[in-house]
Amino acid sequence: MSKEQTLVVIGNGMVGQNFLASLVESPAKDDYKIVTFCEEPRAAYDRVHLSAFFTGKSAEDLSLVEPGFFEQHGITLHIGDKAAKIDRHSKTVTSQNGVTIRYDKLVLATGSYPFVPPVPGHDRMNCLVYRTIEDLEAMAAAAKTGKVGVVVGGGLLGLEAAKALKDLGLQTHVVEFAPRLMAVQLDEAGGSMLRRKIEDLGVTVHTGKNTSVITDGEHCVNKMCFVDGEELETDIVLFSAGIRPRDDIARDCGLDVGPRGGIVINNQCLTSDPDIYAIGECALWNGMIYGLVAPGYAMARTVVADLTGNEASFTGADMSTKLKLMGVDVASIGDAHAKTQGALVYTYQNGASEVYKRLVVSQDKKQLLGAVLVGDASGYGTLLQYCLNGIELPENPDALILPPRSDESVGLGPDALPMSAQICSCYDVTKGAVCQAIEAGCTTIGALKSETKASTGCGGCAALLKSVLNSELAKQGFEVNTDICEHFPFTRQDLFNLIRVEEIKTFDVLLERHGKGRGCEICKPAVGSILASYWNDYVLKTEHLGLQDTNDTFLANMQKDGTYSVVPRITGGEISPDMLIALGQVGKKYKLYTKITGGQRVDLFGARVDQLPHIWKELIDAGFESGHAYGKSLRTVKSCVGSTWCRYGVDDSVGLAIELENRYKGLRSPHKIKFAVSGCTRECAEAQGKDVGVIATETGWNLYVCGNGGMKPRHADLFATGLDKATLIKYIDRFLSFYVRTADRLQRTAVWMENMEGGLDYLKSVVIDDKLGLCEQLEQQMQHVIDTYHCEWLTTIEDESKLKRFRHFVNSDQPDDNVVFIEERGQIRPADEEERKHFKMVEVA
Amino acid sequence: MAQWIKACNIDDLQPDSGVCALVAGRQVAIFYMPKESTVYALSNYDPFGKANVLSRGLIGDIKGQPVVASPLYKQHFNLQTGVCLEDESVKIPAYAIRIENGSVQVSIPE
Repeated sequence: MSKEQTLVVIGNGMVGQNFLASLVESPAKDDYKIVTFCEEPRAAYDRVHLSAFFTGKSAEDLSLVEPGFFEQHGITLHIGDKAAKIDRHSKTVTSQNGVTIRYDKLVLATGSYPFVPPVPGHDRMNCLVYRTIEDLEAMAAAAKTGKVGVVVGGGLLGLEAAKALKDLGLQTHVVEFAPRLMAVQLDEAGGSMLRRKIEDLGVTVHTGKNTSVITDGEHCVNKMCFVDGEELETDIVLFSAGIRPRDDIARDCGLDVGPRGGIVINNQCLTSDPDIYAIGECALWNGMIYGLVAPGYAMARTVVADLTGNEASFTGADMSTKLKLMGVDVASIGDAHAKTQGALVYTYQNGASEVYKRLVVSQDKKQLLGAVLVGDASGYGTLLQYCLNGIELPENPDALILPPRSDESVGLGPDALPMSAQICSCYDVTKGAVCQAIEAGCTTIGALKSETKASTGCGGCAALLKSVLNSELAKQGFEVNTDICEHFPFTRQDLFNLIRVEEIKTFDVLLERHGKGRGCEICKPAVGSILASYWNDYVLKTEHLGLQDTNDTFLANMQKDGTYSVVPRITGGEISPDMLIALGQVGKKYKLYTKITGGQRVDLFGARVDQLPHIWKELIDAGFESGHAYGKSLRTVKSCVGSTWCRYGVDDSVGLAIELENRYKGLRSPHKIKFAVSGCTRECAEAQGKDVGVIATETGWNLYVCGNGGMKPRHADLFATGLDKATLIKYIDRFLSFYVRTADRLQRTAVWMENMEGGLDYLKSVVIDDKLGLCEQLEQQMQHVIDTYHCEWLTTIEDESKLKRFRHFVNSDQPDDNVVFIEERGQIRPADEEERKHFKMVEVA
Repeated sequence: MAQWIKACNIDDLQPDSGVCALVAGRQVAIFYMPKESTVYALSNYDPFGKANVLSRGLIGDIKGQPVVASPLYKQHFNLQTGVCLEDESVKIPAYAIRIENGSVQVSIPE
């Protein structure tokens, strides 16, 4: 179908973007030309984790838009341009900048704005709100000269904002009108437990306070005066007293809105105009505004389904939440306030460990209606499943909140969940969908995550997902076999530890002590790699030679016709004209096909095995060394030109790249490792697509880890910020050594981290906080590899006995007559099968 | 009756690995497992990758069968019979081989 219709989306916030992302995955994308207006100067970002902006995440890190998303899907984005007017008669939207677009279907995702109480003085200097990145920048600017900050509002967002003020180094207060914190979600006892915990963290909490005026302070910029006569001096006042739907544009064009605001929608999320939908916080469904992101996403899915012609309806959303507020676990499920007729309440309070739990159950004690958890929210997953799926409670429901008395388990096993149970609420993944993916062959957490998207949002369901996986695998009679192959009943990590602890130095000894048979092409290279990673012996030593894949055996990359390619190291991609000429001369002399690689080096193709030592002799004489392109090892450290030449450069990226490449060159690892260093946040070296990426900032180096390109590109995660070089190198040493120790064979850093229980946070705790007490060992392990580096090609050409292998026939100097080259674009290429029959061999060298 | 033809000396072999010898105009991959004093000889030509590379594959055993794994696309060939484990309809030539006084000899059918 041709794209004759136009769909306009007003608002590119979290819900607007989620809608676009779902739409382009649906068949409806083919029917519409999509146009979207985004009032803010940047496209959608993660408002839920806004406070991370103050702990090192940049605006880019918070972005929810995949790079190239709009271009790739042909979506026209009017950024920094607010949609100002809808004309329903002519079906047009006109923006502030004067752009007018005719629509066939219109989606309003205008979101909400922070409610600022009309207190006199609310618009004074440093009286701010907490909603956009610009708001955060204003907070940061105000915090530079201020010492005290007050958040008005003790709800979810208010406490999140208080954390931001705390992170900015301010004396922080929270002022709440209601008699307790998080009045919507928590009961009184839960609220006071939360208050104690938050006060322990150094935040002063004032409840039951009604502000009458904000005026000049004596020691601070502002002074808040309360109705009860008390006063509070503060430099910053941050309003976080709830949200209001942004419905002006709908109101102005005559759409139905609620008496207290909100664009009225039906179960299909349609407004009073059948061509206009509204989703997210601007929408009023059944008299409710949903101030959480998950219901907004559910509305977005409903509209996509409706546009696709599928039956779907939004019928309300569960408002249960679990979060960590300033390090305190808080959760609220369902009817937390026991408003249901006849509801019974169980409470458990432990003053010593500051834990509070409350269960609300039905009169017959069979159904869980709601719950409140403060200080320990570990039971959230189980309780939520009871509540949402109406699973019958155990005989004594209080067992669910009491500390286990013996080792009895009251957790809800994954088998008790119905197939319709929602495992991941961020992406609406049911147990049924997870089971289906498992049946289709996703037998690891990593595979499940990428197939179903479960646990890739907030990650709160990771443990539940894992238990479903394990239970399903066990049911399918799948013994979860993690043995590396039939010769060793161990994982790669086990083998690494055996080699390390027993100081095993050869495959034969390992096989004799811990394995059986003769080995195979799985375990041999894996063990060869471990031995090389840990002992850093020369891989072509007689006892190691038979373990190496063909590329390692000939220290070159085998191509389809059995010839090899040669890649000398060009550290950081920096090469002098003389070296480049020398490289060209070798290529020319041996008539090699020459190509620039993605890692800023030169690849020379078409070398016969007997030519390799001659080629390398000349390269080494010219000053080159092995590039290890043939090994599962450190490949390249790509760099941009950096501050040395670039007008925008912040630091010397080339210098650091060369230093890092020289440090880690020769390191054998479970899979190849790629690095990059960018000299500024323009990121020309694409460091965020590498296993290890480093970006220069004004405050030091930012370290990114676990990215990759290839078949499944993965954006790297920000690991640490503002590092000096010594700390940066220390972290990379530990990170790489830990990877080398614990990854599976042929597992890149991304999959390794994704399969790690605890993921990025766990990795940080190991590498930065030394949670396992391993860091010293990890650094030593790396130092050994660095100290014992040698160029494998230099070692090889100096050893006559090793050179013997570099010939096609052991008993003849003839070359392989099956290798035939054809000329194309002035260079050689392997002949295809047909051509081989017709052409005679082109003599080379 | 096929004749034994000398391919090379035992010192020319690579322990736990392979070499290629030119024997009566044919490319023969010779694999040597010194711990078991065993040698195997197969055609060097990989019918899947269509290149003369099998001598450069890794050797070992799969469920007790001695095998070489092609360095190109990793198919396994039985070192005794030449039968491909992944596709039993594919069989590459396997040659009789022996070591006589340090001389490695292959028997090529007429």
